[in-house]
Amino acid sequence: MTPLLEAVQPRSAEPVPAAASLADPMLPRPFEVRRVQAETYDTYTLELAPADGRPLRFRPGQFNMLYLFGVGEVAISISGDPGRPSPLVHTLRAVGAVTRGLCALKKGDVVGVRGPFGNEWPLDEAAGHDVVLVAGGIGLAPLRPAIYRLLAERKRFGRVVLLSGSRSPQDILFRHELERWRSRFDLEVVVTVDYAAGDWNGLVGVVTTLIPRAGFDPTDTVALACGPEVMMRFATRELERRGVPTERIYLSMERNMKCAVGFCGHCQYGPHFICKDGPIFPYRAIAPIFEIREV
Amino acid sequence: MSLQPLSALLAQTPLFQGLPAEDLELIAGCASNVKFDAGDFLFREGGPADTFYLVRHGNVSIEFFAPGRGPVTIQTRGEGEVIGWSWLFPPYTWSHDARAFELTRALAFNADCLRGKCDKDPRLGYELMKRFGQIVHERLEATRLQLLDLYGGDRDPAPRGRTAAKR
Amino acid sequence: MREGSTMNVLERDALDLLFTSLKERGFTLVGPTVRERAIVYDEMFSAADLPWGWTDRQEAGTYRLERRADDAAFGFTVGPHAWKRFLFPPVQSLFRAERSGSKMALRPAGPFAARYALIGVRACELAAIDRQDKVFLGGTYVDPVYRQRREGAFVVAVQCGQAGGTCFCASMGTGPRAGSGFDLALTEVLEDGRHWFLVEEGSERGTEVVATLPVRAATEEEIAAAGRAVERAEAEMGRTLDTEGLRELFLRNYENRHWDRVAERCLGCGNCTMVCPTCFCATVDDVTDLAGQAAERVRRWDSCFTIDFSYLHGGSVRSSIAARYRQWITHKLATWTDQFGAPGCVGCGRCITWCPVGIDLTEETRALRALDHGAPAAPQGGAS
Repeated sequence: MTPLLEAVQPRSAEPVPAAASLADPMLPRPFEVRRVQAETYDTYTLELAPADGRPLRFRPGQFNMLYLFGVGEVAISISGDPGRPSPLVHTLRAVGAVTRGLCALKKGDVVGVRGPFGNEWPLDEAAGHDVVLVAGGIGLAPLRPAIYRLLAERKRFGRVVLLSGSRSPQDILFRHELERWRSRFDLEVVVTVDYAAGDWNGLVGVVTTLIPRAGFDPTDTVALACGPEVMMRFATRELERRGVPTERIYLSMERNMKCAVGFCGHCQYGPHFICKDGPIFPYRAIAPIFEIREV
Repeated sequence: MSLQPLSALLAQTPLFQGLPAEDLELIAGCASNVKFDAGDFLFREGGPADTFYLVRHGNVSIEFFAPGRGPVTIQTRGEGEVIGWSWLFPPYTWSHDARAFELTRALAFNADCLRGKCDKDPRLGYELMKRFGQIVHERLEATRLQLLDLYGGDRDPAPRGRTAAKR
Repeated sequence: MREGSTMNVLERDALDLLFTSLKERGFTLVGPTVRERAIVYDEMFSAADLPWGWTDRQEAGTYRLERRADDAAFGFTVGPHAWKRFLFPPVQSLFRAERSGSKMALRPAGPFAARYALIGVRACELAAIDRQDKVFLGGTYVDPVYRQRREGAFVVAVQCGQAGGTCFCASMGTGPRAGSGFDLALTEVLEDGRHWFLVEEGSERGTEVVATLPVRAATEEEIAAAGRAVERAEAEMGRTLDTEGLRELFLRNYENRHWDRVAERCLGCGNCTMVCPTCFCATVDDVTDLAGQAAERVRRWDSCFTIDFSYLHGGSVRSSIAARYRQWITHKLATWTDQFGAPGCVGCGRCITWCPVGIDLTEETRALRALDHGAPAAPQGGAS
């Protein structure tokens, strides 16, 4: 029986610098679009430069609120290198009015940015251990800053394994980067797709089926997962079955978000606010509600 | 190839690990080493399921061929994984193609031989059934997850097909 | 009574001088007044705007104004309005954006300052303001709108002399007596043909205002008479809520079938969230001018009962009414405590009164308790 009553509060990492304006956290800063890169047919990477020249420093796993003039605001994870905060890099999928508009921006256009918000992937805790990253779909984007950090500080970690699942070969994000990473000897990268026609010469199957055979020592591993909730449920089960302790499994959660600072109430998930207590939670903190419907 | 006896090799595989030495000997008696080049078929849909494979190295795709659509890969299998369970169930016929998409080495098990041994020794039969049941269970779970089409997306991932995956 | 606080008596006819004094100090007065057959909180110009001689009768799904036998000014409980409408406005501009060419300028909408004197704040409502303080002022980020309005506000509390049919502040430990959190607190006393107010000071600002009023020190008998009035209120609470193990009760009953039964009655209208003095959820709207050169972002009260509230690319997380009611009540009575250290319910009873189908949070909690299988048994547990 899951101990429902011991809803552990997520470990709050050391306080993350509040780069959003403390005086008026609802006011965005203007950023200029430097580059728009199509990753797939519906996913784009934006490179943004701060109009005031002040780079937006962030920690891997954090997100920003991107404001499209007159249309609205969306919470989007930062997908760039935390070691190179300028330009600011976001990868987003065109699914709603705001994201469609953002993906259609051109060089020179201006967007509003509030952030960074939320907590970070527990990379300091992962130091000295193996690290397995399980990414599903666009979930690879919020994990990419963690990968950059892991590679930049590669000696601090044991084996590093990236398991990445996409819907089909044409949905694979950061394709060239994945290939580059795959050629490294200090990183195991396994890419799989759910559906493939004849010309795909790679793995087919859901990303969670990669967990049993991936090269990490389950008793000494920190697992970071990001993707659709159902995928994370399966991933968590496979990781546990393999022997990864629940307290070492971290998930990046998502809910509707309007303010990102705990005022609007939308992103509540049981006792947690995804925006300020998350988005990254140790699985143990959310286990009591993780499999309950419509929380 | 390996100088160690086949039974010792089997003991290291997820499928057979933990079985008593005499069982491993028995099973090894039905096994042989095989090699497939990229593009080789392990077996074809409709063919007799007289063998199953345990991949030692490489990757194999589980495919269906649809006219006008070409081969569609449902899943791939790699190192340490089992290919084929139709040999356990009448009419012992393969229901899909299996093709190596890179150089693949595997252990091939003679189904007649193994079925005979299982029939003679129900304890061994039950043990193998449990292990294959586990594999079937895991594959079914993975397939269900695939059916959910988790990641969404506007574009049909497999043109002219796979509409069943959408509601 | 507060230790060491000064108690004075203000006669009924001098009450308006309090209003005058606050106006002279630059406050906009807001308080209870009769409008559209309810007692609402609105701007006031003098003590004459108070609902003299009116009371309210409240039950689940029912609110009626009635004439009192006397002419008490505060002889009612709480109406559909809560003070949050002044501190956390229902509609609030957050920023403006102007575009010229590809450039965009973003300007804060502030200043948000307003100096309200809130007149007639009940104990449960002080607790509600305290709950919202924790939301908007208690974290890393502070809401500038709320902060400016809250810091500017002058609070005149009123000690309840009677309780309503849906009140249960005594159960929630928030009333009926207001102990702190006000600048001044009034207790209205109608006894032996006299009509007067006991004035209690809660802050230096309050003391300064009292210094401008024609008051005299209260006698012990007068203080006792005021105390009796509040005791009366405590004795006539229309509802009770057993708070024993409340948080745990809700946390272990996410999957209780009771939520489906509530959903058979709940309309999902969100009235309960609109009248609730602690509910703080908001959404935003983005609007542009016709030329598309100026845009504004506006925050509006939102309700967790709307289907869009939990929208996440492709659908709502809480698509069933059962899940939305469960979210609301579980937040109020359980998870709010995890988030802010106290329950989100102060026992004012508004959600019960203003529910069009009379769903009663105290009743639903009782029903859940009756269906609760309790905490998982300890592994070694024997019969006790």
